[in-house]
Amino acid sequence: MDVLIYGLVNSVVYMLMAAGFTLVYGVSRLPNFAHGALYVLTGFLTWTFVNSLNLNYFLSIVITLVIVSALGAGLYAFVLKRVRGMPVSEIIVSFAIALIILEGLRLQDIGGFKGFIGSSYSLPAFLQGTFSIAGVTLDYQRLLIIVVGVVVVVGMWVFTRHQKVGLAFRGMAQDERAAMMLGIDSDRMAVVALAVGSALAGVAAVTIYPLGQITAESGYHVLNAALAVCIVGGLGSWMGAILASFIFGFATTAAAFFGAPRYQDVILFALIILVLIVRPSGLFGRQKELEERV
Amino acid sequence: MTDERILEVTDLAKSFGGVRAVDDVSFNLNRGEIMGVIGPNGSGKTSLVNLITGFVKPSSGKVLFKGQDITGKAPNKIADYGIARTFQVMRPYGSLAAYKNLIVPLTSPRVKRATGGKLGDRDAVAIDILEEVGFERDAYVPYKVASSLPLGYLKRLELARCLALRPELIICDEVFSGLSMAEIATMVPVVERLRINGITLIMIEHRLRELFSLANRVIVLNFGSKLADGPPDEVMARDEVKAAYMGTEVAATC
Amino acid sequence: MRTDTGFLRNLGKRRGSQEDWRRERLDRGLKVRTEGLYAVSSWREILYLVGPRALLVLGLLLLPVLAPNLYWQRVLCVAGAYALLAITFDFLANYVGLVCVGGAFMTGVGGYVSGIFTYYLGFPWPVSILLGTVLGAVIVTLLWLPSLPLRGIYFAILTFMFPFLARGIILALDAFGGTLGLGPVYGADNIWVENYLVIAVMLVAVFALRRLVGEDVGILFLGVKDNDLAVLASGISITRVKAKGLFIGALGGCFAGAYIVHLYNFMGTSLFATDFSILPIAATVMGGSGTLVGPMLGALILTPLSELLRGFGQLRVVLYALVLIGFIMFKPEGIVNWLTRKYHQFEQWKKV
Repeated sequence: MDVLIYGLVNSVVYMLMAAGFTLVYGVSRLPNFAHGALYVLTGFLTWTFVNSLNLNYFLSIVITLVIVSALGAGLYAFVLKRVRGMPVSEIIVSFAIALIILEGLRLQDIGGFKGFIGSSYSLPAFLQGTFSIAGVTLDYQRLLIIVVGVVVVVGMWVFTRHQKVGLAFRGMAQDERAAMMLGIDSDRMAVVALAVGSALAGVAAVTIYPLGQITAESGYHVLNAALAVCIVGGLGSWMGAILASFIFGFATTAAAFFGAPRYQDVILFALIILVLIVRPSGLFGRQKELEERV
Repeated sequence: MTDERILEVTDLAKSFGGVRAVDDVSFNLNRGEIMGVIGPNGSGKTSLVNLITGFVKPSSGKVLFKGQDITGKAPNKIADYGIARTFQVMRPYGSLAAYKNLIVPLTSPRVKRATGGKLGDRDAVAIDILEEVGFERDAYVPYKVASSLPLGYLKRLELARCLALRPELIICDEVFSGLSMAEIATMVPVVERLRINGITLIMIEHRLRELFSLANRVIVLNFGSKLADGPPDEVMARDEVKAAYMGTEVAATC
Repeated sequence: MRTDTGFLRNLGKRRGSQEDWRRERLDRGLKVRTEGLYAVSSWREILYLVGPRALLVLGLLLLPVLAPNLYWQRVLCVAGAYALLAITFDFLANYVGLVCVGGAFMTGVGGYVSGIFTYYLGFPWPVSILLGTVLGAVIVTLLWLPSLPLRGIYFAILTFMFPFLARGIILALDAFGGTLGLGPVYGADNIWVENYLVIAVMLVAVFALRRLVGEDVGILFLGVKDNDLAVLASGISITRVKAKGLFIGALGGCFAGAYIVHLYNFMGTSLFATDFSILPIAATVMGGSGTLVGPMLGALILTPLSELLRGFGQLRVVLYALVLIGFIMFKPEGIVNWLTRKYHQFEQWKKV
C-alpha cells in the first residue's frame, strides 16, 4: 500500500518536472535545455526573497514565478529566436545558458551575494503535519504535490481546448506551417510557450523543493528527468509523458521499497534502453518523420 | 513489352488522419511497359509512389514486386530489390560535383552484388552514366558542383542517380515539370533509351503530350482513387477523366 | 588553371561619409584549386597551399618545446585530449550529422575500460589505451545505436543523458571504486612521451578525417547528413552509415578518456564531468565548424585559458558557455573559417 501511495506521489513529481519541457517542445519544437536551470532558479530566488529580504512566502513565490516566466520569454526573444530551426544550436545554446545559471549559482560570495555553499538551503513546506490514509502516513506537502499535479494536467487540458491561446498551441503542435497560414504568429507563440513552460518549471520547483534541499545539482537531475520522461513517452506527447511519469514513478518507488534504493539510476537506464529498442520513438511517439518530409 | 508481371498493386490505401490520400488503388504492370500516372494536383500521385517505394507505410493493401511482397518495407530495402525513384523536389548532394553524386548509389549493396564487387574506377563509371542521360562528356558539366546546375541537368542527374542503381523499375515523379520545350525535347529520347535498355517505367506527369508519346498505358487518379486505366486516347475520352480535369490541361494538350 | 569565380559585393555605407561605398571581396590572384581539382604550376602556388598546413604541423610539434615549464606541458597534454574531443564533435556533427552533447560519456567509457585493463589486469599502458579506445568505441556505438534511425534530436538528448546516467550507475553500484575512484593507474610517466603521443594522435586524426571525408565513405556521410532520403532511395541503410560514422568519432572520444586516465594515473567519475561535453562544443563553435582544425585550435586556446582561471572554480564552465553563446550569435563561422576566407579573398572598399 505504501508503494502505491508513494509511487503516485513520485509519478506526479516526474510529471511536474517534465511538464514545462514537454509543453515548450510540443508547441514550438524547441528543446529547452535551460528547463532545469529555471527550476533551480525559482527555488533559489524564492529562498532569497523569503530569507534575505524577509518577504511573505506566497508573495515571494508569485514574484519569483513572474520573474522566471519573464526570463523564459526573454530567453526566446533574445537568444533562442536567433538559432531557431537548427536543433543543434538550440540544444547547445539553451544548455549553455543553463550552465551559466547553474554553475553561476554555485559561486561563492560575489560582492556579498552568497551562492550555494553547503546544503542548508531549503524551502519550508506549505502545510505542516501528516495524516493517515489507508494505513499509510503521508505528509500534507506530498498531498499538495498530487493536487498541484492534477491541477496542472487538467488546467493544461482545459487551456488547450478552450482558451484561444491554448487552441493556438494545439494548432502549432499539430502542424506549424498550417497554423502560420491561419495567421498564428509562430514567434509570439513561442514566447508565450516559453513563458508558460518556465512558469510550470517554477511551479514544480516550489512544490517539490520543500521535500528536500535546493542544490545546483538538482538542475541537472530535473532536466534529465524531463528528458527521460519525454524520450520514453514520446517527444511532444502529453499522454506519453504522463504514462512515462507513472512508469518511472512506480518503478523507482518499488525499487526503494523492495530493498534496492540505490539502484534507481540503473532502473531508469534500463527502462530507457528497453523502450528505445522496442519502440524507438517512445510509447506514444508520433515518429512519422519520413512521411512528414517526403 | 513482355508478359512478365513485374509489379502488382492491390487495394493500396493510405489515410492521414481523416484524409484518404490513396484510396484502394490497384493495377498490374508488365516488364518493359511505360505506364503514365496522371491526375489533377493533390490526387495522390506522389503519395502512391511513396507507398510503393516504402517511404510511407500503407494503411492497407499489398504491393508485389516480381512476385515478392514488398508492402511496407523500408525504402532502402525496396531500392535494393530494384525499384528506383526520382524526387519531385530535387535532392542532389548540393556541395558535391555532379558525377560525385552518383558515388552514393554506386556504393550500394545492390550494385556491389551486381558487379561482384569489382566495379573498377567508380568515377569513370559515374561519368559514363551521366553521358547516358545526356550530359555532354567533353564539356565541363559533369564536374560542376551540383547546386550550380540548371534545372534540366538536375532532372537528368536524378535519372542518373536512379540508373546507377541498375534498377529494373524506375518511378519518375514529374521529370518533365519545370523544363523548357527545348529541354523536354532532349529528355524524351533519354527516357526512350531507358525503355530500350529493358527498364520498366512508371511516369507521373502533368505534361500530357510528351507523356502520351512515350507511354503505352495511362492510369488516372483523382482524390486518391483510380478513375481509369488503359491506352491514352481511350482514357482521355472518358467522361469522368474529362470532368476531373475540368478543361484545364486536357483542353490545352489534346 | 586560373579561374575567376566572381566576386561578392557587399553594399554598405562607410561610416561618416556622404558617398556610398561598396565592399568588394575579390579572390586573390593566386587560384590553384577549383572544385576539387588541383593544378599547381609554380613554387609560389605550392607555398600558398602547403604553407598553412606546414605551419600547423610545425607549430604543434614545437609546442612542447616552447612550453615554459612542466606545469604548462601538463596543460598541453590536457589541451590535447580536449582537442581530440573537439575534433570528434566537429566530425560527428558536421560530417555525419550527429550532434553529440555528451562527449563526457565517451571519455568515461574509454577511460574506465582502459583503466580496468591497466589496474585490474596489469596490461602495459599502450595496450590498455588501445583496447580502451577500440572497445570503448564499440560500447558507445552499441549503446547509442537505437537512436540512430530517429530524428537528430533523439540522438542529442540521449547523448546528453548518458554521462549522468553512467555516473549514477557507477556510484549506485559502487563499482570501479565508486565515489573515490581507483588508482594508481600507471601510465607513461614521461612528460615528453605524453605530450607527443597526444599531438601525434591529434595530427593523425585531423589529416585522416580530412582524407576520409574526401573518400567515398565521406561522401556517404555527407549524403546521410544532407539528404538522407536520396541515400535511402539509392538502396543504402542510413543507420549503418551513421553507425560507422559514430564508431569512428567514438574512437577519438574514447582515446581522449583512455589517455587522460593514464595521464592523471587515476580513474574516477570525474571522467563524466560536463567539462568534457561542453568545452569541445565551445571550441568547435569558436574555432570554426566543419574545419576539424578549428576545433583543435579552439581547444588549445580554451584549455590554457581555463587553467588560468582555475582559482575561480566553476566559473570555467560559465566561461565556456559564454564563449559558445557569443560565437554562435555573433560570429558563427568561427575563427578558422574566417581566416580561410581572409586568406583566399581580400576585401576593399570601392566608391560607387
